[in-house]
Amino acid sequence: MAKRIDVSGLSAYYGSHKAIDDISMTVEPRSVTAFIGPSGCGKSTFLRTLNRMHEVTPGGRVEGKVLLDGDDLYASGIDPVNVRRTVGMVFQRPNPFPTMSIFDNVAAGLRLNGSYKKSELNEIVEKSLKGANLWNEVKDRLNKPGSGLSGGQQQRLCIARAIAVEPQVLLMDEPCSALDPISTLAIEDLIGELKERFTIVIVTHNMQQAARVSDRTAFFNLAAVGQPGKLIEIDETERIFSNPSVQATEDYISGRFG
Amino acid sequence: MSTTAPTAQAVTPDTLHAARLPRWTSPLVAIGSAAAAVGIGLAAGLHSRVQWGLIAAVLFVIASYVLATAVEGRRQAKDRFATSMIWVTFLLAVIPLASLIWETVERGSKVFSPYFLSHSMGVVADQDPGGGINHAIIGTLQQVALASLIAVPIGLLTAIYLVEYGRGKLAKAVTFFVDVMTGIPSIVAGLFVLSFWILILGFDFSGWAGAMALSILMMPVVVRSTEEMLKLVPNELREASLALGVPKWRTILKVVLPTAIGGITTGVMLAVARIAGETAPVLLLVWVNPFINTNPFDGAQGSLPLYIYQQYAAGSEASYDRAWAAALALIGFIMILNLVARGIARWKAPKTGR
Repeated sequence: MAKRIDVSGLSAYYGSHKAIDDISMTVEPRSVTAFIGPSGCGKSTFLRTLNRMHEVTPGGRVEGKVLLDGDDLYASGIDPVNVRRTVGMVFQRPNPFPTMSIFDNVAAGLRLNGSYKKSELNEIVEKSLKGANLWNEVKDRLNKPGSGLSGGQQQRLCIARAIAVEPQVLLMDEPCSALDPISTLAIEDLIGELKERFTIVIVTHNMQQAARVSDRTAFFNLAAVGQPGKLIEIDETERIFSNPSVQATEDYISGRFG
Repeated sequence: MSTTAPTAQAVTPDTLHAARLPRWTSPLVAIGSAAAAVGIGLAAGLHSRVQWGLIAAVLFVIASYVLATAVEGRRQAKDRFATSMIWVTFLLAVIPLASLIWETVERGSKVFSPYFLSHSMGVVADQDPGGGINHAIIGTLQQVALASLIAVPIGLLTAIYLVEYGRGKLAKAVTFFVDVMTGIPSIVAGLFVLSFWILILGFDFSGWAGAMALSILMMPVVVRSTEEMLKLVPNELREASLALGVPKWRTILKVVLPTAIGGITTGVMLAVARIAGETAPVLLLVWVNPFINTNPFDGAQGSLPLYIYQQYAAGSEASYDRAWAAALALIGFIMILNLVARGIARWKAPKTGR
């Protein structure tokens, strides 16, 4: 199920602007890796290069290698559509499809990719919603529109939608930044459960969250505004938060930054 | 410090209370200025009601402003001034529309009947009473349907290309030509098809020839409105779908278009409404035919706009009545189309219920 990601010498551009510079790291399977760093340092851009969503942005292009269990995502002959099926993504703002019901939202990834029997779909939707801890709240209104749910429920719906296609890796771009502490807790618990099955990479601005949910933490920073973002260090979360090897990391974590 | 303190005091009011005109002030001022305008009009011997109305409007705006300045202060007065100007211009805009509909209904309802809708002008001379618009309705419906059949798919696909795929020179060129097409006068579109289809290729007048010219007029409207609607679809939805591993074409088909379908339908219906009343291309390409011709590919056909023109030009009492009744039918047709579009837009709109 879960796959290992090896990134080497990765740079990403928006047109002629270099957003991240020469990043290399390894993401272990069945673990949670958190990306922290100040705004604009390229965390989200880097995350989006891991499932080839970066190139969806006009002018977006990438140099370097991303190996998913040895397969280079950017080699020729790789279909980005297959990459995205393998590497799922949850976005910062909950974005359920407004024209679809709760059921259809979860089934969307499957339905839009092929035909499934109704009974199969029922099973997968129930399993995914249970996996996202949302089943009990929505089981009586699966045919109601997904946009009628609360923000936290919508975000869990989006997680259910992402795990319904059974990806190997799940990327989460600040999944809790628009949510209240209770919904955040629900999603953090969920991340703990999901890492049994998936490789999870999460971008967060919340240092406590990174400390709570992740096994490894990567700190990103940029030299100055307009400069590309760089990976400063990546290590066991415990080490990063107690005894990081770079001074800048400690400054950022302890709030003495800048 | 000592220099800034007095200014701060002047800006901060002593109290949160302020004098307000009561709510019924505006209606009262409106009635008062209308009455004053009638008085002035009678006294000065002004015959035109338009003049009375303009005097009332000017009085209303001035009175609201002066009253508000006296009681509420200058900021509120500016607000009242803007509000009263909006009301006046709104009325100015609505009056012609209302009077147009009123006039059409009043004059058109004389001969408007099931008989009128179900009979043609085949054996009725233009000066005689009787006859109907059945042939013209069939003609207009067929011509508009054919034009939509050409213009809607091309327009939709063009808009999808421009919003979802279009980058660089080709997209810029397409946008430019769509802009140019928007400005083509209908007579020029008619002349183009006339010279190409009828004069060069040697085909006869037909509903189809008219439909080609109408589709030229319809296409840019469809492209423009669809483009705007597609741009309104949040990018997050596209990304959400792409991130699920859905190919781009399916994302467009299953996520983007359903989200925008309400607005697109409205745009298409407005484009249909626009071409349904076009006279020039029909005059050049479809010609006139008082008989029912159900084949749009063979020979001249009737059509509502041209029927109205022709009946009005005939100049008899009976033909005037028929012209107005046909105008009523045309307005009714367009209104029904708009209502259908509204219905579809509401039915297909993104759901919000809980």
